Amino acid sequence: MSADTPPATTDTPVIAVQDLKRRYGDFEAVRGVSFSIGTGEVFGFLGPNGAGKTTTISMLCTLIRPTSGAASVNGFDVVRHPMDVRRSIGVVFQEPTLDEQLTAEQNLRFHGFAYGMSGAAVAERMRELLTLVELWDRRHDRVKTYSGGMKRRLELVRGLLHRPRVLFLDEPTLGLDPQTRRLIWDHVLALREREAITIFLTTHYMDEAEFSDRVAIIDHGHIVALDTLDRLKDGLGGDIVTLKAEDGARAARELETRYGLSAQQADGVLTFRVPHGDQWLPGFVREFPLRLTSIAVRRPTLDDVFLSLTGREIRDAADEPNPLHRWRRMRRRAR
Amino acid sequence: MKALIRGFWVVAYREFLRLFHQPARLVSSFATPLLFFGLFGAGFNRLVGQMAPGVDFVTFMYPGILAMTVIMPAVFAGMSVVWDREFGFLREVLVAPLSRTGIVLGKIGGGAAIATVEGLMLLVLAPAVGVHVRLLHFLVLVPLLLLLSGSLAAFGVLIGTRLKTQEAFQTVMALLIFPLIFLSGIFFPVAAVPTWLGIMAKANPVTYGVDAIRHVLLGAAASETTGRFAIGLTVLGHAIGPLEEAGMLIVLGALLVAGAARAFAHGD
Repeated sequence: MSADTPPATTDTPVIAVQDLKRRYGDFEAVRGVSFSIGTGEVFGFLGPNGAGKTTTISMLCTLIRPTSGAASVNGFDVVRHPMDVRRSIGVVFQEPTLDEQLTAEQNLRFHGFAYGMSGAAVAERMRELLTLVELWDRRHDRVKTYSGGMKRRLELVRGLLHRPRVLFLDEPTLGLDPQTRRLIWDHVLALREREAITIFLTTHYMDEAEFSDRVAIIDHGHIVALDTLDRLKDGLGGDIVTLKAEDGARAARELETRYGLSAQQADGVLTFRVPHGDQWLPGFVREFPLRLTSIAVRRPTLDDVFLSLTGREIRDAADEPNPLHRWRRMRRRAR
Repeated sequence: MKALIRGFWVVAYREFLRLFHQPARLVSSFATPLLFFGLFGAGFNRLVGQMAPGVDFVTFMYPGILAMTVIMPAVFAGMSVVWDREFGFLREVLVAPLSRTGIVLGKIGGGAAIATVEGLMLLVLAPAVGVHVRLLHFLVLVPLLLLLSGSLAAFGVLIGTRLKTQEAFQTVMALLIFPLIFLSGIFFPVAAVPTWLGIMAKANPVTYGVDAIRHVLLGAAASETTGRFAIGLTVLGHAIGPLEEAGMLIVLGALLVAGAARAFAHGD
C-alpha cells in the first residue's frame, strides 16, 4: 500500500505545520516540528510515550495553543480560525470519550447536532456507517454495555459522521487485544478507502505505523526522520542478515576480507546489512567457505529504523517515565 | 453566534437525555426536601400554631421546600462538568465546533431547566397545604425558579470547572449546600431569629429566592413584617418585595454565569 502512494507533494497540503513548539513550564514537550500532509495520505506519527505525539495532535485539534510556530488544517490556522479547523476534522482520542450512559444512537445524534447536521442527515449517515462497522443492530444499546473494541468502532463512526476532511487517530488501538486491534484496522482501512480521507495517526506500535504512507519518527519532541516506509528502511543500508557459523570469529574475518562487510557479533550471531539481501543470499550461501549453522535475511522493520536513529528500541524508550506526567504531578502538588 | 446557540442547545439536550437514563436521580432529589418537610411539619406544626391568618408552619415552610427541591439538581450541573472531564466526554465537546460560552450556558441552562421542572412537580402538594395554585402563580414561578436555579447552576459549574475530581466536588458541595439551605429562611422567618442568625441569612442569596417564592405562593401573608412571626423579609429596615428580589437574583446570576464562562474558557 505504501509503495504506490507517492509522498505528499500535492499543491496545497491538508495539514501544514511550521516549527511548532509547545512548552509546559520548564518542559518543552514539542520542540519545533515541521511537516506537511497531502490529501488522502495516511500519515503516521511514531514515537514512544511522552515523545510529544499527543501534544502535537492536541495543537492540531485546537485543544491546546502552540507556544510558538504555525499550523494549519484544511487551510485554516489553528489559532486564528479554530472553529473552521474543528469543522474540518474528526478525532478519535486515546482514551474513550463516549457518554456511556447514553445509547450509541444518542451519542451519534449529539455529535451530529454539535456539528450542525440535520436530524435526517444524521440518521442516514449513522445507518451507513454503523452498518459498515457492524454495530447497527446494537444502536439502541447503552454504550456502557459495549466491549472495548465496540466502543472504538463507535468512536470511529462518530469521528467520521460529519464527513471531516482529516481524521485524527491518537493511539486508536491502545489497550485492545491483538485480534480486536486487527479488526479495528480492517475497519479503518475500509473506511479510508470509502471516504477518501486524510488520516493523521499517532502510535507507538510499529506494526500499526506500517499502514502509513509516510512516517514521522518523533523522539523527545523532535522529528528525527520523515519519509515513506520504504525509504526509511532503505536508509538503513539494506536488508538485515543474521548468520550463525561453527566458527563465529573466523566467519566474521572472512566477511570482512572477502565481502567488505563489518558484522556485529552477539551471542555467536553475526548481524550485518546487505542491499537487496534476498537476491544476494543464494550466491553467498553457495560460495561461503565456512560451515553455516543458520542464516536468515529480513527487511528492516521500523524498530530497526528507530533503533538506528535514536540508539534505543522503542520499547525501552516507552518505559522511560513520561516527562509530561511528571510535570503535571509537580504542578498538581504545587497547587 | 451560531456556534454559541448550537453549543447551548446540544449541551442542554444531552443533560435531559442523561436524566431520562437515570430516573433514580429524579426521585433522589425529592427525597431530602420531602423528608425535612414531613419531619419538621409533623414535629413543629402544632407547636408553632398560626403564623399569620391562614398560614400555619407547614404552609410557611412549603415555598421554601419547593426552593430546596430546586437547589440540589441545579448545583448538580457542576457535577456533570466534573464527570465529563473524568470520563473523557469533555474532549468530544471541546473539539466540536461549539463556542466555549455556549457549552457553559448549555450546562447551566440544562441544569436550571431540569431543576425548575422538578420544583414545579412539587406543586402537586399545594392543595394539601392549603395553597391554591392559579395559572398566574405558575407563570410567575417558572421564570423565578429558572432564575434561582440558573444562579445556583452557574455557581455549581464555576466550582466544577475548578475542581477536577468528583470527591473534591462532593466535599466542597456538602460543605456549602447545608449552610445555603439552613440559613435561607426555609425553616424560620428571618425577622424572628436572633440578630446574628438573621445577618447570616440575609447574606445568603438563596434567602431572597425563597422569600420571592413565598410571596408568590402565600400572597399578602408573606409581606407581614410585624408580630411574633413576622414572615416578611426586611433589609436595613426596608421591607423587600419579590421584584427587588428577582432583580438581585438577575444581577447575581449574571455575575455567576460570567464567572463560570470565564473559568471554563481558561480552565483547560
